[in-house]
Amino acid sequence: MSAALTRLTIAEALGRLRARDISAVELTEAHLAAMARAQALNLFITEMPDQARAAAAESDARYAAGTAGPLDGIPLAVKDLFCTEGVATTAGSHILEGFTPRYESTVTAQLRRDGAVCLGKANLDEFAMGSSTETSYFGPTVNPWRRAGAPATDLVPGGSSGGSAAAVAARAAAGATGTDTGGSIRQPAALCGVVGLKPTYGRCSRWGIVAFASSLDQAGPFARSVRDAALLLRSMAGFDPKDSTSVDRPVPDYAAALTGDVRGLKVGIPREYRVDGMAGEIERQWQQGVDWLRAAGAEPVEVSLPHTRYALPAYYIVAPAEASSNLARYDGVRYGLRVEGENLTDLYEQTRAAGFGAEVRRRVMIGTYVLSAGYYDAYYLKAQKVRSLIAGDFRAAFERCDVLLTPTTPGPAFPVGERQDDPVTMYMNDIFTVTVNMAGLPGLSVPAGLSDDGLPLGLQLIGRPFDEETVLRAGDVLERAAGFTALPADIAG
Amino acid sequence: MALDKATVARIGHLARIRLDDASLDTMVSELNQILTFVEALDAVPTDGVAPMTGVVDMNLRQRADVVDDGGIPDRVLANAPEERSSFFTVPKVVE
Repeated sequence: MSAALTRLTIAEALGRLRARDISAVELTEAHLAAMARAQALNLFITEMPDQARAAAAESDARYAAGTAGPLDGIPLAVKDLFCTEGVATTAGSHILEGFTPRYESTVTAQLRRDGAVCLGKANLDEFAMGSSTETSYFGPTVNPWRRAGAPATDLVPGGSSGGSAAAVAARAAAGATGTDTGGSIRQPAALCGVVGLKPTYGRCSRWGIVAFASSLDQAGPFARSVRDAALLLRSMAGFDPKDSTSVDRPVPDYAAALTGDVRGLKVGIPREYRVDGMAGEIERQWQQGVDWLRAAGAEPVEVSLPHTRYALPAYYIVAPAEASSNLARYDGVRYGLRVEGENLTDLYEQTRAAGFGAEVRRRVMIGTYVLSAGYYDAYYLKAQKVRSLIAGDFRAAFERCDVLLTPTTPGPAFPVGERQDDPVTMYMNDIFTVTVNMAGLPGLSVPAGLSDDGLPLGLQLIGRPFDEETVLRAGDVLERAAGFTALPADIAG
Repeated sequence: MALDKATVARIGHLARIRLDDASLDTMVSELNQILTFVEALDAVPTDGVAPMTGVVDMNLRQRADVVDDGGIPDRVLANAPEERSSFFTVPKVVE
């Protein structure tokens, strides 16, 4: 019974809740039971069973009274980068130890407004800096998927939103929130075989989300279907005067855009994404995606994004620069960890050395250097110019097509510990996703098939600014064609 | 150009992150690896290209210059490691 409830999509669960065929309390209990069975995966930093049960009971009361919201009773995992009032928020870092926000992020407040139930705070790379959820102070999250023939090898779920993606894949949450700065929603979605959507920059409020790189960060949903992602985005998106870059435009009914019709849609295939040494299974999956969309009546067109290869190097200047500035606030004075020092500077230096992990220290150092006197023009200004060129590439491509189709990642999930010693190799995970953040565009990853050793692979759709509807419409068609029904080995519910 | 140990120590101080000798050596090698990676950008001609300063093409909004929040010292101080009479406390900075 409870396994059946955790296998429902959000759309199906809402239908049964509205029909009073199941209760929100039953649905939440089924997910809490799955979370309990999935302890070995280390999905959550903070579980919230009591609050979830109370919220589910309130949902049932609203269903009884006929006042239920659009997501009433749907149990979600929340990336532990979203501040939640009265519940510890760690950002996966030791430096926020003991921090309990007295406010709620706009995105999670809107999800609660619409009736969603928060199951807990999902694990992530420290301050969202990573592609494997291994840099979390609270230990790595394990991907519920396992290689065929190597069931004992723990694989990473991707990152930084790895706990969110793995929770949805393991059927421990019906959906989840994530944030995406260079691929942190789409890459873990691909590695865990779920749907992940990074909306256009400015679509979801950043208010109350622990900042990493403010010109790149954007919140978005994880789900097990494109339709579910559309339902979640509708609640998460919207204008917020508290975020100066939030865009004031109406939030469409994204699910209504899923017409199943892509006839005549021009799908751009960027030739620069056919990188040297691309794995055969990735190339085959990509071609399969092109064929699926063509069979549905879409028209593939080859396009060029000439500055693609410079996106990752430019990102590793812009993102650390913004991070070094954003993370200056963690000084041990007003909240979080404090290591006492002989004087104030000593307090700062000791606190930050003890509180930040290796990857965060590296990025703050790089960011400090590229912003320092004498180097700003050579690095930061140069990277901002390259960023203009990348955005220009996309503008030119979108004169010839309506949406772009690419692989989401250069490969499937890899073993825990395998790539930790080599920061630059780890950065390559984001090679196909980071361009989208640099240009502020919407990007969607849809599970498309399995790798040679039985692991999920994703395809990415990229759209024009604020054209999530076309991205979702094409994603829905891709999802139907792919018919991805494989289940992970470590399914919990 | 490669960063040397003294430069990395200076960056550590600017970043207010204490680096002991062992972590300084690791940091020198890792930062140089990352800087080599980003040097790929030198190949891109950018003369006359305007730097991207905003992601979305919009003017920043303005609001009335009025106080519309505040008066909640207990909430502001709720997470303070140490506080005294509505102030955060730190080690002495003035002798």
